[in-house]
Amino acid sequence: MPLGAFILRRLGLGLLSLLGVSILVFLFLHVIPGDPVDQLAGGEATPEQRQKIEQCMGLDVSMPEQFWNFLGNVADRTLGHQCPDPKGKPTVAALIGDAFPHTVALALVGLGFAIMMALPLGIYAALRRGTWFDTLAAIGALSGIAIPNMLLGPLLLLWFFVDLGWLPGPFEVGPTAIILPAFAVGTHLMAMLARMTRSAMVEVLGEDYLRTARAKGLPERVVVWKHALRNAIMPVVTVAGLQFGSLLSGSIIIENVFARPGLGSLLLAAIRERNYPVVQGCVLVIAASYVLVNIAVDVAYGLIDPRVRRA
Amino acid sequence: MRAWQPGRWSPSVWVGAIMVAVFVLLGVFGPLIAPYPVGTRAMDLDHMYAPMSWSHWLGTDKSGVDTLSQLLHGAREALLLSTIVVGISATIGVTIGMVAGYARGFVDEAIMRVVDIFLAFPGLLLNIAIVAVVARPGLPLFIAALCANGWVGYARVARGQVLSLRERDYVMAARALGASTPRILFRHIAPNLIAPILVQVSLSFGNVIAAEASLSFLGLGPQVDHTWGAMLEQGTSFLWKPGFRHYALAAGAAIAWVVLAANLLGDGLRDRLDPRQRGRA
Repeated sequence: MPLGAFILRRLGLGLLSLLGVSILVFLFLHVIPGDPVDQLAGGEATPEQRQKIEQCMGLDVSMPEQFWNFLGNVADRTLGHQCPDPKGKPTVAALIGDAFPHTVALALVGLGFAIMMALPLGIYAALRRGTWFDTLAAIGALSGIAIPNMLLGPLLLLWFFVDLGWLPGPFEVGPTAIILPAFAVGTHLMAMLARMTRSAMVEVLGEDYLRTARAKGLPERVVVWKHALRNAIMPVVTVAGLQFGSLLSGSIIIENVFARPGLGSLLLAAIRERNYPVVQGCVLVIAASYVLVNIAVDVAYGLIDPRVRRA
Repeated sequence: MRAWQPGRWSPSVWVGAIMVAVFVLLGVFGPLIAPYPVGTRAMDLDHMYAPMSWSHWLGTDKSGVDTLSQLLHGAREALLLSTIVVGISATIGVTIGMVAGYARGFVDEAIMRVVDIFLAFPGLLLNIAIVAVVARPGLPLFIAALCANGWVGYARVARGQVLSLRERDYVMAARALGASTPRILFRHIAPNLIAPILVQVSLSFGNVIAAEASLSFLGLGPQVDHTWGAMLEQGTSFLWKPGFRHYALAAGAAIAWVVLAANLLGDGLRDRLDPRQRGRA
């Protein structure tokens, strides 16, 4: 497939996914049992109050019309208004706009941490196959995969904030305050990437072209870091990019643990207050960013490696 | 059939299988061997926050309920929930995946686009979005929320397998002999799906328990007594209490145990049953 067609197809499929995502997010409110008006108004609401909420949420028109209005809210970049009383309150998009950078920063630092730890660990374990270091790294990676996020976060706080006092605790926003939450967000990915790097390196190290490189007298340093790593690193970086979305959703838990501002905190607060337009908006924005990152990773991969375009 | 001979399995499979077996045994018999009752009627306000001792091996919680007994009852909940969710997800996912892979063309394309939409919700997001709409989610809705993205993995595995299996000579031969489509699917293709699906089942057991725990931790759980996630949520809120870290650690370790077991078993099975996938994370 030529490059242009590949990119167009990938973009088209991505847009299709986005449309599907918005339909699904819209349907949650309308198909899942439980009347949102009831839950917002409580048992003792008068019919007028109920009607007001219904109007505010736009539930008083037909379903297709509601969906059209929903898409309109996406198109005019307000993502809807808060109910039952939208006056004087920021739009959903404004709320999300304030929260989003915090979550992206957390996810990016988490991603950076995961890659910077995973690559050396995985490469070194592959070079020292079967030694105690390899075993230790494998055990570490498995623990990183198994430990629940919501235990790791509080434990980190306990050690580094309460016991040692080295790093700032919850509710703080300085530059060092991101270290612990980013570590907690990135640990799972770090463990996954370290395992991938190791197996990719082991596979590549057995290839003929490396034997050739060694045979022509290249120093081992060049063989490993230039020839082997270049081939081993591609799938690892791709997976790292594709996992960016799971870092975004992992932030929901970690923001909660560390009482940090962000999309996760906004989403959970909105769920508690039954603020459905905000819930919808948060879910939509997280899913949409995930789709967009995926498209970007796929296109970049297609640019670098022509073999991918055939699929 | 050499794959099924004993001694040909990696240590990963053995360790994982033993850990899974321990979990299943405790899930089945745990509530029977639990030393104390649990639930609101077991509240004992004279023994709140008891430390570890011979009478309470893992101490008690804020309402004086024995921690070990809670863990054992939690094992039952976790086993039940994960079995139900994995069962439903696998059935739905495999069926859809088989249809897509066998039909190919438009049907396949349409199904895969739907799969894409579900894959666009990373991690817990879909589960949260579904549970969030209802004020007090009951167990059925909670199970539905976990199945909502659980089926996708099975559908992808089954589709991929069927796509290649349907081109095999023996399937062609069956078709030439006049076998009907359902017969080809269930009699000739389905048995070859068992191995890859088994790997997926093993891996997803851990995922379901981790997802349950995360949702309970966020206060979006099924409102059932003593799930491990609810214990962890309670435990982390009094991690700060001196000498009382073991409560959260116990619940966290139980969750980590199952996730680890599922990963070891799943990875080992995959290496054994599908050597081409060896080492792929």
